[in-house]
Amino acid sequence: MKSAVIVFPGSNCDRDVAVALGRITGHAPTMVWHGDRAIPKVDLIVLPGGFSYGDYLRSGAMAAHSPVMTEVAARSKQGVPVLGICNGFQILTEAGLLPGALVRNAGLRFICRDVHLKVENTDSMYTRRYPRGQVIRIPIAHADGNYRADAQTLDRLEGEGLVAVRYCGPNGEIGEQHTPNGSARNIAGIFNERRTVLGLMPHPERLIEPALGGSDGRPFFEGIAEALAA
Amino acid sequence: MTLKQGVLDPQGKAIANALHALGFDSVVGVRQGKFLELDLKDDDKASAEKTVRSMCERLLANTVIEDYAFEVLK
Repeated sequence: MKSAVIVFPGSNCDRDVAVALGRITGHAPTMVWHGDRAIPKVDLIVLPGGFSYGDYLRSGAMAAHSPVMTEVAARSKQGVPVLGICNGFQILTEAGLLPGALVRNAGLRFICRDVHLKVENTDSMYTRRYPRGQVIRIPIAHADGNYRADAQTLDRLEGEGLVAVRYCGPNGEIGEQHTPNGSARNIAGIFNERRTVLGLMPHPERLIEPALGGSDGRPFFEGIAEALAA
Repeated sequence: MTLKQGVLDPQGKAIANALHALGFDSVVGVRQGKFLELDLKDDDKASAEKTVRSMCERLLANTVIEDYAFEVLK
């Protein structure tokens, strides 16, 4: 499978996700600069974590209008999978490729620590290698990860199985006390209708092997590799 | 641009708490927002308003979570 990682000025997880993709899928991704208008023919586009444009105006707002994003939106419309991690998730919401918005953490602080997540829907190329309801532990590192959308949108996301992962307690407990950033209904990651686009705040690419402190993020990339193997 | 009513505004809340700590007891709520000054070369007010509204909708405000208001001055 071929993939592309979009690099924005201020991206800082582009190399991490490139290493994860390279090691697990066996193919190093093409790195595409945000100013390029063309993206090679690929099976997956990744918007990495970081602080594109220094989070000016709103996190992801400037990057959402980068030249390359016109092509990302067009590919996404054609059904090409797009994965947005952390700042990538913020960019996807700002670009209108996913609903809702990510605002300042409820506690106002930048939070960098491992969190527990419950895998809510395993019927996607990203989550297929996890058993449904599995609790995993991977890190978050953000100041603007508080997911917000109107009640109607939240109901639709839940009703249509578009919530990918939720923040939870160590035993899978869901509740306000288990959301580190105040996210509505503990939402940590969502799909688009076709489940080809996934945006999530936690960083699976940071925990892909025991030497990094854990490998709970690895099945994300194994699922991608399996689904896109050709 | 300000966060819509109903969208949690943790920064506004923290500012309100700080104002209370300073003894400003009459504060019952704070909404934090952003203020931008734009220099435009549109010929007339109507055209400037149209331009600004379009800029707000497409970039300056995220209308999922924010309201915006503007005034055109000569």
